[in-house]
Amino acid sequence: MILFYCIILLIAGAIVSWIAGKWSPGAARIISLLTVLTDLIATVFFIFIPKEKGTPWLINMKAEWIKVFGINLNFSLDGLSLLLLLLTFFIGIIAIIISWKEIKFRVGFYQFNLLLTLAGITGVFLSMDLFLFYFFWELMLIPMFFIIGIWGDKNRKKAAYKFFLFSQIGGLLMLISILSLYFIHGAQTGVYTFNFGQLTGTMMSPATAYLIMSGFLAAFFVKLPVIPLHNWLPDAYVSAPFSGTILLAALLSKTAAYGLLRFIFPLFPDAALSFAPIGMILGIIGILYGAKLAYAQTDLKRLVAYTSISHMGFIVLGVFALNHFAYQGVVIQMLAHGITIAALFIIVWSLNTRLKTRNLDSLGGLWSNVPIIGSMGLIFAMASLGLPGMGNFIAEFLILLGTFKANVVMASIASVGLLASAIYTLRMIQRIFFGKKQVERKIDDLSILEKSIFGALIIVILWLGLYPNPILDIASPAINKSIIPLQSQSINSVNGSGLSSNKNIYFLH
Amino acid sequence: MSTIDFISLIPVLIIAGAPLLILIIISIFRKYEVVYGITLLSLIISFISIFVILPDIPHNIVPLFTIDYFSLFFSGIILISAFFIVLLSYSYIKQVGGFKEEYYIILLTGTLGAMLLTMASDFILFFLGFEILSISLYVMISFQKAKKLSIEAGIKYLILASASSAFLLFGMALIYTQTGTMEFNTLAIYIKNTGFLSPLIIFGFGMMLVGIGFKLALAPFHMWTPDVYQGSPTPVSAYIATVSKGALMAVFIRFFISIQGAKNASFFIVITAIAILTMFVGNFLAIRQQNIKRLLGYSSITNMGFVLIILLIGGSRGVQAGIFYLITYFIATIGAFGVLSVLSTRAEDIEKRSEIKGLYWKRPWLAGFFTLSLFSLAGLPLTMGFIGKFYVIFEGVKSGLFLLIFVMVVSSLISLYYYLRVVGALFAKQKPELNSEARLPAISYSGGLALTLISAIILFLGVFPGWLLEIIIKWIVL
Repeated sequence: MILFYCIILLIAGAIVSWIAGKWSPGAARIISLLTVLTDLIATVFFIFIPKEKGTPWLINMKAEWIKVFGINLNFSLDGLSLLLLLLTFFIGIIAIIISWKEIKFRVGFYQFNLLLTLAGITGVFLSMDLFLFYFFWELMLIPMFFIIGIWGDKNRKKAAYKFFLFSQIGGLLMLISILSLYFIHGAQTGVYTFNFGQLTGTMMSPATAYLIMSGFLAAFFVKLPVIPLHNWLPDAYVSAPFSGTILLAALLSKTAAYGLLRFIFPLFPDAALSFAPIGMILGIIGILYGAKLAYAQTDLKRLVAYTSISHMGFIVLGVFALNHFAYQGVVIQMLAHGITIAALFIIVWSLNTRLKTRNLDSLGGLWSNVPIIGSMGLIFAMASLGLPGMGNFIAEFLILLGTFKANVVMASIASVGLLASAIYTLRMIQRIFFGKKQVERKIDDLSILEKSIFGALIIVILWLGLYPNPILDIASPAINKSIIPLQSQSINSVNGSGLSSNKNIYFLH
Repeated sequence: MSTIDFISLIPVLIIAGAPLLILIIISIFRKYEVVYGITLLSLIISFISIFVILPDIPHNIVPLFTIDYFSLFFSGIILISAFFIVLLSYSYIKQVGGFKEEYYIILLTGTLGAMLLTMASDFILFFLGFEILSISLYVMISFQKAKKLSIEAGIKYLILASASSAFLLFGMALIYTQTGTMEFNTLAIYIKNTGFLSPLIIFGFGMMLVGIGFKLALAPFHMWTPDVYQGSPTPVSAYIATVSKGALMAVFIRFFISIQGAKNASFFIVITAIAILTMFVGNFLAIRQQNIKRLLGYSSITNMGFVLIILLIGGSRGVQAGIFYLITYFIATIGAFGVLSVLSTRAEDIEKRSEIKGLYWKRPWLAGFFTLSLFSLAGLPLTMGFIGKFYVIFEGVKSGLFLLIFVMVVSSLISLYYYLRVVGALFAKQKPELNSEARLPAISYSGGLALTLISAIILFLGVFPGWLLEIIIKWIVL
């Protein structure tokens, strides 16, 4: 039940801070901060829980919800969800702190929406019942719609509608797929259930499997986003307030990556295999096209938004490379990208609040004004372009390694992406902090609070880069589980399921 | 008439007796609150009496009435809807000049007609209920005599509805000449035995479909909807969208199921075409709509299109999904109209999107109720509309109606856009145009109570729909 309480706590906290916001904005912020902090602490304790015997789960709960449809409240925690929950609450706290200064208007309602979004994301990471998964998948959209639509910039309405409708299209297609799967499974076995574990063994004709899978892919590809479906992203990321953008970029996109990792292969092993080359191509297009678009931007926030598309391309590439290395890379990439993109948006935010502009043309030579912001910018730019020692390097290296095993040509093309990301990132840093000095007046550098946020982010990103083994160990049962259906078919080079993550990582040292 | 006949008609008799009682009372002394109280009380008692007579049913009073779980369930839904509408009418109708107690008499007779429709398994009672309902609606729609739009809407509805009654009656007559029966069941047996449908019968069915389609505002018989919804007093718009449509849907479901329409290829194609057309027409007209009452009218067109899908699923399973969907639609629609009607003043109805801009910052609760209702109509999670839509899609996919379900999904998406625009207006940053307190009326207790209850139901059934689903699946078997 503790998992369920984690979600309920967020919802309850949301309501309380909404009410408290009527009297005092500060109280609303503190309540929401405490709520997420409690969840973070609880999640940290989950790390030390021994695995339940006979199941792949650390914690598992099941209760009846809507019996008529065979829908259960089935929440399970394994290593993968655990890592993502830690990321969720960590980034959640940072978003709340950022909103402290940023949001002055209707604070209570803002915190309500923020916490509700977090509740939706948490639910997505924990649900093992496909209906429940869909439920939370949809639930996180609504508060996000309000965050963009009420507190966004002048373009907010269009951005909010676009975000909502794009996600809804994907979501509804996924719902039809879930239902088809439910009925096919029910017709075969007589057991009508939305339980993910039970649905994994469903036999389908290749064409059916492909169709049903494409419903799931539609939802995930919109959210991730994959290139032809990315249209909503720049508007939403740019128009949302910064704390909302952090949630969108660092967390909401991870729900899609999680969905790809968790559901696609176990449910549709054959269809996924035949789709894999297309998926990898889509990933590469994302990497390169995202990088190109990022290079062309002059609005700093939009630039960072496009880098996100590029980095998400690596996740798609890794997921469809279909092997252990790539999967490990994807897990690290989810965490590292979450941290890096949040940090980059915070840098943009801190420049934006100080200079009231984020246009690259009116920035320049800021290093001498704000050396600490500059060095933070440099650190996370390096992380973003994949400097060894940072989490992103491990992630992208592992993904490319996995891709290399699957397809040499694709791996070679994707490697160009690393170069491209170096180009746009260095250009960004150069235009902001070096070159001709544009601003003469004195600008405050980071405050203590902001420094400590960056400190925490740096610690995490360095940890991911220097000593990722504990993380991989936590994630490895989940990775193995996702990949077992494939091992018998495609991966002959990997020797059974006894592969420990430690072995893979040795050569890195 | 035997005792058991009498007992099983108690809910109807209460609703039939209440208008008479009110007539007598207002001829002695007129007091708005008393009439209002009696109306509420009669609706409540009638609703409770449904549970009292449950042990005695199913019971048929040959040849007119079929009192079974289906009809009682629908009657219950109609009574609850009428109850909420009466609660929401209190302050709205109080502002109307002149005699206003009559509104409740007519509302009750309309409800009586609606209840009769749910019990009809015969053309006679069908037409009787249809006419009682229609005539009551003519009066209710034009009840604000001082307003041009209201009168206009009333006359439009009068002319068109009379024409549709004529169509319905003519269709019934044609079928009767050919088959010699007015009962649904004998008709079904006739069709089964003859095996094919003669042109006369097909023509008859077609005419009936026009009549029914008009009342349900199915495309292409939907033209009256926006004007009537806009012109009517706001609670009456809610009444048309829920009670009137619900009752017609009940009798249509019973008729269609008993003649096994879903198994007949030509019926299947016709209804599929109408359903698809209805879903799209409602949506496309709603997209650019600025007036919320008209918008809700269009949305009611689309929603009826969704309900048509369940007819094609055929049998009890479809009906169960349809009933649940109708409940979700009723509650949400009444909630949405309810907010508009408690905001309206004597001078003018609040109905434009620009008029509710920024309502959240002035009246957070009202805006919250409105948002919840619209979200439920749009089928977003945590609201009962989500479960309702899910149920229809669930049964549709189960029966392999992929084309219809696909159209439904697409049109849900389109509808999401215009619901969201209204929600967007509610939360807009501007101060509301209705800034002076005079233009933002105090909310009456009864209106507040109704909206609170509706919102509570929307949320409660959104999270715990299981018990209601179980009741429906257990009891509603056609």
